[in-house]
Amino acid sequence: MKDEVLELYRHRELLYMIVRRDIKVRYKQSIMGFMWAVLMPILIVLSGIVVRYAYALAAHAPLKTADIASVAVKSLPWAFLVSSIRFACLSLINNRDLVTKTYFPKEIFPIAAVMASLFDLVVASGALIIFLWIIQTGWGLYLIWTPVLLLTMVLLATGVGMVVSAASLFFRDVKFIVEALLTFGIFFTPVFFDVSMFGDKGKWLLLNPVGPILDGFSACIARHQSPNLPWFAYSFGFAAVALLGGYVFFKHLEPAFAESI
Amino acid sequence: MSDVALRMEQVYKKFRKGEVYNSLRDLLPALTGTMFRQRELSESDTREFWALQDISFEAKRGEAFGIIGRNGAGKSTALKILSRIMKPTSGRMVVNGRLSALIEVTAGFHQDLTGRENIFLNGTILGMTKREIESKLDQIIDFSGIEEFIDTPVKRYSSGMFARLGFSVAAHVDPDVLIVDEVLSVGDYVFQQRCMERIHSVIHAGTTVLFVSHNLKSVAEICNRTMLLEHGKVVTIDETDAVIRKYLTAGGTSKTPQEKKPVYISSVNVRGRDGEQSTFESGQTAWVDVEVKAREALDKLAVVIWFTDETQYIIFHTSTERLGFAPFSLQPGGTYRCTFELTLNISQGTFHLVTEIYRYDIQKSYDRHEPVTTIFIGSTTGVGGAVNCFPRLVESKAVAASTKFCQV
Repeated sequence: MKDEVLELYRHRELLYMIVRRDIKVRYKQSIMGFMWAVLMPILIVLSGIVVRYAYALAAHAPLKTADIASVAVKSLPWAFLVSSIRFACLSLINNRDLVTKTYFPKEIFPIAAVMASLFDLVVASGALIIFLWIIQTGWGLYLIWTPVLLLTMVLLATGVGMVVSAASLFFRDVKFIVEALLTFGIFFTPVFFDVSMFGDKGKWLLLNPVGPILDGFSACIARHQSPNLPWFAYSFGFAAVALLGGYVFFKHLEPAFAESI
Repeated sequence: MSDVALRMEQVYKKFRKGEVYNSLRDLLPALTGTMFRQRELSESDTREFWALQDISFEAKRGEAFGIIGRNGAGKSTALKILSRIMKPTSGRMVVNGRLSALIEVTAGFHQDLTGRENIFLNGTILGMTKREIESKLDQIIDFSGIEEFIDTPVKRYSSGMFARLGFSVAAHVDPDVLIVDEVLSVGDYVFQQRCMERIHSVIHAGTTVLFVSHNLKSVAEICNRTMLLEHGKVVTIDETDAVIRKYLTAGGTSKTPQEKKPVYISSVNVRGRDGEQSTFESGQTAWVDVEVKAREALDKLAVVIWFTDETQYIIFHTSTERLGFAPFSLQPGGTYRCTFELTLNISQGTFHLVTEIYRYDIQKSYDRHEPVTTIFIGSTTGVGGAVNCFPRLVESKAVAASTKFCQV
């Protein structure tokens, strides 16, 4: 496996080129250009605000700005996860020519898909920072957790991305399954709601490894607290295992890519 | 490092024919099926076939090595294994140095990016570093001959421009081992010549070249040694001319009489001085025996023969009637025989002999054998081009420079 990782490192320039290509192509084709990166998160944030407003009405409590900030802060990483897994899933199939006719480590495709989505996230974060500044969320020391949480998210997305890209190459219905899971995943993940709303039962939601990460984002940015460390450790462990397992799985299937696609 | 650039040792590659489960929906019932039924195993055995069997060869550093064979002989599979796109089922291979494959030079292109962006993308895919590409950018653009459109998205390119840009990038990779697969069939004649020149200069610079083509002429021009593959097995590895001869003689034996035609060509033989042969030296004499049989009574027939080159261009054409023989008539069951004597004043290459039964006054073709046989003219180093004018150098001397040449 060491050789394989080295081989990937040797192709880092190619990875960079593919990421650039993916970003360029996405922005070239769309009329809105960079707005595209912001549109999806804005939609998610807006729907989150609507949902939170409904909760507030039902509970006869006022809608707090902290709640809005929390929804906004969690929506962006969620949008990143969804888009990176969606792009990764199709990354091998959409590059059929390169898979069958050229040689290089093919994990570059799902990784590039995640990187390109990360770029979108960075663009959208700019808008988020302005938004948070307007609603006066403020900032605190706990913000140093943000890169760590983001890294966990990237590891998780890459691991899952490698699994679904390889699986969808062999089985064409995998992409439909993935699409369904991504669409309904938002209801099983604390994006629009907070884990605390469920009281004791909240821990069941945190079993979804994305839960503690999103909760961590909300904690360190919107609520100025430290993330729940044991749960974060669980998520990080899960992400690390997903990345490692995904990589081994991908590399195991890779020799058969060219003749199976 | 040894002087071996490329080696394959007993490489086998197995493929599975027929349906491969393409969705989980198909796989799940099939899996439960195999759990209950044992005979599935023997069934899968018959579905497998060997695309390559026991392939061993090696190419020395700086050598140009050819691979020829019919469609489906396993050439492309061998290349894909060498370029590490596929893994062999068993066997070993060794590649010393950087390998670059011109298998499909436009594979890395993205339609929405401009020519320039695609040069960078494709160059990186082919193994160049960004700095390398930057330093060669002008050469690449110049070679492709499409400076004007270099900042246009490639989806607006014609297919020729597309392929030329692809080849230009690939031609500037400077690998230690270069694999070339049929890429020369792109572009116009001038561009093809430029590609050949490029390949020659790459070989000259000491690069090992593995060349795969149906174009026997370019194989003969480029390669010192060649391997002939048939049904995934090595038939022979030898000097290129000898291998091509073997390849051509192995081929022309499938003669099936046409059953419904009123008159048909029953046999065609190409003879040289030593009997039946298909490889000639330039300038040698060949005899073509044509035998025609009739099922019905027919009048005013002539036998036409012609040569086409690899591009289907007719380079030579004659007939019994043109040579001054009266049209012949045949009764049912009758046979007609004729022999043409040809002096092969053609330059090296592969030519297909086509024969036809033709009636000139009503311009009707009764039977045509296309290509009835293939004639290969071995490499003649002294001449190039289409015909051989048998040149001799009768005078050659240097004249001292005089001021006259400078005046207009």
